[in-house]
Amino acid sequence: MRKLALSDEILLSVEKPARYIGGEVNMQVKNPEEMDIRFCMCFPDVYEIGMSHLGIQILYDILNRRDDTYCERVYSPWVDLDKIMREKKIPLFALESQDPVKDFDFLGITLQYEMCYTNVLQILELSQIPLYAKDRTEEHPFVIGGGPCTYNPEPIADFFDFFYIGEGETAYNEILDVYKECKKQGKSRIEILEQIAHIEGMYVPAFYDVNYNEDGTVASIVKNNPNAPDKVKKQAEMNLSEAYYPTKPLVPFIKAVQDRVVLEIQRGCIRGCRFCQAGMIYRPTRERELEYLKKCAYEMLDSTGHEEISLSSLSSSDYSHLQELVYFLIEEFGSKGVNISLPSLRIDSFSLDVMSKVQDIRKSSLTFAPEAGSQRLRDVINKGLTEEDILGGAGKAFQSGWNRVKLYFMMGLPTETEEDIEGIAILSDKIARKYYEIPKDQRNGKVNITASTSFFVPKPFTPFQWSRMDTSEEYLAKQKHLRNKINEQLNRKSIKYNWHEADLSELEGVFARGDRRISKVIYDAYQAGCLYDSWSEFFDFDRWLKAFENNGIDYRFYTCRERDEEELFPWDFIDVGVTKKFLLREYRNAKAEKVTLNCRQTCTGCGAKSFGGGVCFMDQTSLEGVTNESTN
Amino acid sequence: MKVRIKFQKYGAMKFIGHLDVLRYFQKAFRRAGFESEYTKGFNPHQIMSFAAPLGLGITSDGEYMDAELVTSDEPEVMIDRLNAVMTEGFHITGFNILKDREENQKAVTAMSLVNSADYIVSLKDGYTISDSIQSKEDFEKAFRLFIAQQKIEIVKKTKKSENVVDIRPMIFLVEFDEKEYHDKLSEILKNPLQKTFDNHGSVAEVYDNGILVYLQVDTGSVANLKPELVMEAFYNYIEVPFNKFAWQVHRLEIYTRDAEDGKLISLDQLER
Repeated sequence: MRKLALSDEILLSVEKPARYIGGEVNMQVKNPEEMDIRFCMCFPDVYEIGMSHLGIQILYDILNRRDDTYCERVYSPWVDLDKIMREKKIPLFALESQDPVKDFDFLGITLQYEMCYTNVLQILELSQIPLYAKDRTEEHPFVIGGGPCTYNPEPIADFFDFFYIGEGETAYNEILDVYKECKKQGKSRIEILEQIAHIEGMYVPAFYDVNYNEDGTVASIVKNNPNAPDKVKKQAEMNLSEAYYPTKPLVPFIKAVQDRVVLEIQRGCIRGCRFCQAGMIYRPTRERELEYLKKCAYEMLDSTGHEEISLSSLSSSDYSHLQELVYFLIEEFGSKGVNISLPSLRIDSFSLDVMSKVQDIRKSSLTFAPEAGSQRLRDVINKGLTEEDILGGAGKAFQSGWNRVKLYFMMGLPTETEEDIEGIAILSDKIARKYYEIPKDQRNGKVNITASTSFFVPKPFTPFQWSRMDTSEEYLAKQKHLRNKINEQLNRKSIKYNWHEADLSELEGVFARGDRRISKVIYDAYQAGCLYDSWSEFFDFDRWLKAFENNGIDYRFYTCRERDEEELFPWDFIDVGVTKKFLLREYRNAKAEKVTLNCRQTCTGCGAKSFGGGVCFMDQTSLEGVTNESTN
Repeated sequence: MKVRIKFQKYGAMKFIGHLDVLRYFQKAFRRAGFESEYTKGFNPHQIMSFAAPLGLGITSDGEYMDAELVTSDEPEVMIDRLNAVMTEGFHITGFNILKDREENQKAVTAMSLVNSADYIVSLKDGYTISDSIQSKEDFEKAFRLFIAQQKIEIVKKTKKSENVVDIRPMIFLVEFDEKEYHDKLSEILKNPLQKTFDNHGSVAEVYDNGILVYLQVDTGSVANLKPELVMEAFYNYIEVPFNKFAWQVHRLEIYTRDAEDGKLISLDQLER
């Protein structure tokens, strides 16, 4: 029988002990004694969230296909167990073998959102691994960072031995081969890192020095080790239909956020919304083949027993074979008690037909993400959704019986004015009016509109990486303004307004575009008790403010500052394919309120074509004759 | 058709709560290719229910779940199919196809049938009871005195209120040795005792200290007594603060009481 790292007494004293026992369906069982390499994958948040992440499942599958490697998992212990582990000095353990993480060769941490940074330190400390990479010795695992936050790894660079920039499918096998060979030759920690630095996509922070100008901006990023590349090239898996896909994903015992089969239909997005980092860093857009997806759906439903399947992508409506795929899923699995969970789709006759087949109209809602309240601002952010689209789509849906609408907006977008904000209220009201155009006896009670605003956080590798971010005071004033405007609308009683916290977004803004000087702040805030910052019940902004103050850092230097077009950014040593030149051109187009066509309409020369595949090489002749002003 | 599945729950799986076990079996049925009957409506779910939910931390040889299937193979085949998709800590030992309900008969659920259950409660290694109770013999002596009381009163806490309850009438069997337990049990069983497990054997954890007690207590919707509460009452009796973590509770079997002669029938011997 499997042994457990924690005693019965501890497990019965904490909330949801199933978070810590492993043993789930499709868990890999190997004999650690027979392994050359032990790899622990970590999602630095609570189990139910971490287990819902597709990326780890993919890597878990890839690494465990190797006979010489045992890949296991670890998640952040919840605060109750955290306390006990510190008191009793219990080392953090991997779920599979229940062995201490500190005895592994690698600890790979996925960085999906900035607010997990203190949880990274918790993982390291509970594992009894030195927090700073420079303090680690031959006996410690190599700590790797991966995921979207590594596109600016600088605020946490000091805590990692190296970062894997890009998609995990391409280089992990090479890393492990290199490591194994180095171990055989008895190479030292630093020698191994030098070898790893030769692998494309790997960034070893210790091999670079950052110099700053007097005004606080970055002056230069200089490598201090000849083995390091000048530029680190993002990794992209170009053949997604032959790539690894975890057809036997883990099935947790307790309900995870994603309690279903997740089918990734494509990677990347053709749209080019200017606020969206994913839309830039995952270029070029690559589709998985229909037949491959059908096969995966069968196998995954079979191996997991899940009763629901959902499609994953940045913009599912743009997937070429969406209709065929969705109708296939409904016909093939709908009768077998499998729910088809639809991603947010463009509202048209197809999506309305599908929605009426798989959802209860009375309970489900329509979702639109106009992101901005006016057409002017939607042009600025290049969000190609018009008021006509929204009202037309909503109107059709209302005719078919829907009466709930969810609207997502961002506040604090570059060039935003009071009129743009008011536009959110007006648009919400127009949708309600559209509903009440239906004769009373034909409609389904009252309409229910929920408008949510989040605060815009400029991200690296987007056209808005130069932009100034609002202060929390400005955000709150805008939010209040919108509240008042909504109250002035005719259908105010049908409109519900939700908003996000401003402090959290501001801190996210610092981490998103911060540099190496931020790491000490993160360290201090963690030592002062900050943890689970993405959980509003634990987020303590005052502690963070204190940590900035103690380090003499004005955090608004990172957020409320419009960057010079020439400024060197902390993340500029990374080559994501999309060029800085393109991003700047897009930034200027934004300010000129000029829309840019999507990748299917025309190639705008963003630079992602250098990866040699995907949408960049697909037929665009059907749209011949469409000229694109923005490329000029 | 209605089927009754008997299973064991052990090892790390004792930390999985019963609602999660239900979800686990819903997925396991699908992996095993069982064709379930579904509830009607927009969110259909498989028709499935447990006889007596097991508390967190408790292991068991005798868990029962009723389900409704569209079709079924031979019981042995169904057991094998389900065991092939189980994780460590769950093991299927029985599969009975129940008789269809006749027209004027009331529907019975496994839960409504339950009257009684057998448990082994063992002291985990690394724990002690008190200075005066060190050995197996000390424990047996003290526990016999405890159980010999006319009344055993304990405060039963619910979310809303606290009640003083006499739990003595809810305790039927108290034994310290497997053979004696079986002998006593045979006297009150309707049908002769049979080994219900396949080659898997009992999954009850065995501890070096050997201190344990077999208990048969009221279980079910009419009257329900948790073995932990008996142990707490015992600690009150010997005037030692109760440590709930010191004891491993293991369920052995669940019974219904025959309406005519009051004898016990385990749920896997019922036709309905």
